Amino acid sequence: MDVTNIAALSGNLAVVGYGLAAVGPGIGVGLVVSKTIESIARQPELAARLQVTMWLGIAFTEALALIGLATPFIFA
Amino acid sequence: MFSLAPNQETALLANLVHLLPIAPLTEGSTGGFEAPSIMEFYPEIIAFEGTPFALNRIMLIRLLVTALLFVVFWLWTSKFKKSYKTGKLVPSRFQLMGEISLNFVRKSIAHDQLGEKDGDRFLPLLTTIFFIVLGMNVTGIIPGLNIAGTSLIGLPIVLALAAYVTFIYAGVKKHGGHFFSAALFPAGVPKAFLILVTPIELLSTFILRPITLALRLTMNMIAGHLLLVLCFSATEFFLFHADGLFKAFGAGTFLFGFIFTLFEILVAFLQAYVFTLLTTVYIQLALADEH
Repeated sequence: MDVTNIAALSGNLAVVGYGLAAVGPGIGVGLVVSKTIESIARQPELAARLQVTMWLGIAFTEALALIGLATPFIFA
Repeated sequence: MFSLAPNQETALLANLVHLLPIAPLTEGSTGGFEAPSIMEFYPEIIAFEGTPFALNRIMLIRLLVTALLFVVFWLWTSKFKKSYKTGKLVPSRFQLMGEISLNFVRKSIAHDQLGEKDGDRFLPLLTTIFFIVLGMNVTGIIPGLNIAGTSLIGLPIVLALAAYVTFIYAGVKKHGGHFFSAALFPAGVPKAFLILVTPIELLSTFILRPITLALRLTMNMIAGHLLLVLCFSATEFFLFHADGLFKAFGAGTFLFGFIFTLFEILVAFLQAYVFTLLTTVYIQLALADEH
């Protein structure tokens, strides 16, 4: 039996990996921001305080995506 | 059933080997569009090649920013001193700029998170971190410089180490050895769970904190720079090398490049803010009393 190529892909698998790695943090950042908007709508006087916490939450969540971006360079 | 005969295996391998050279070939043959690569961040060395002090474009930009920061801060502080001596209460525009920027770090980062007393104690480090990161980030969107000083990991590592050493120093100074035991064995956790909790705490507090600080800054700058290079090199490609209607795409990519430039200004400021804020929060967590 011969091996036949139906479709060929060229490129780096790491790109697909990063695409997957970006899904979780994307959802996470969305949740953080949406909850902050909700809370500010409920209590506008806490807006400044909530925004600081939001940036912290985003920074922690986003770190996962950025680690994903860094891994191909480290393990190349 | 699925085991492959040896000749099939070699056929598969041969196919794989055939796949490999396709990528560089197609890149070269599409008429000149070169996607930006990671080599963007390793420009050619200008001077002192072969020594540990080899200078390239990014190092020159870093030196330039450092010199600029020195000059600006020297001018600001001499202005502050002069107006304090003469009792002149209305600041000039330049002096006001300094007061607003320095007060931003002092009031809305340090005092907000640490309180007045501890905030002022750690203010020199926080101010330094904020302005170095901001200055080095902003060069990424200044025409002619075009690359951020923080887009190679060396500088962020130095800043992250400074933050790391400081929050451990703050904790040890206040709680002594109890700082480490409180961080690794959180109060209120049942003894049996410590097998699970302690390694996680060790990893997240003492290993991942400095790594993520440095990585977050670098990767944001790398991604931003690559996006801008992609937009503008695509504009160049569409305008000068594509034919017919494809030239119109150039306007679109240029618009995207312009929008992302504005976005990068925001990111430069935001990353400086987040880096400083996280350093402050780590210090605050180290200083906090356990209940």
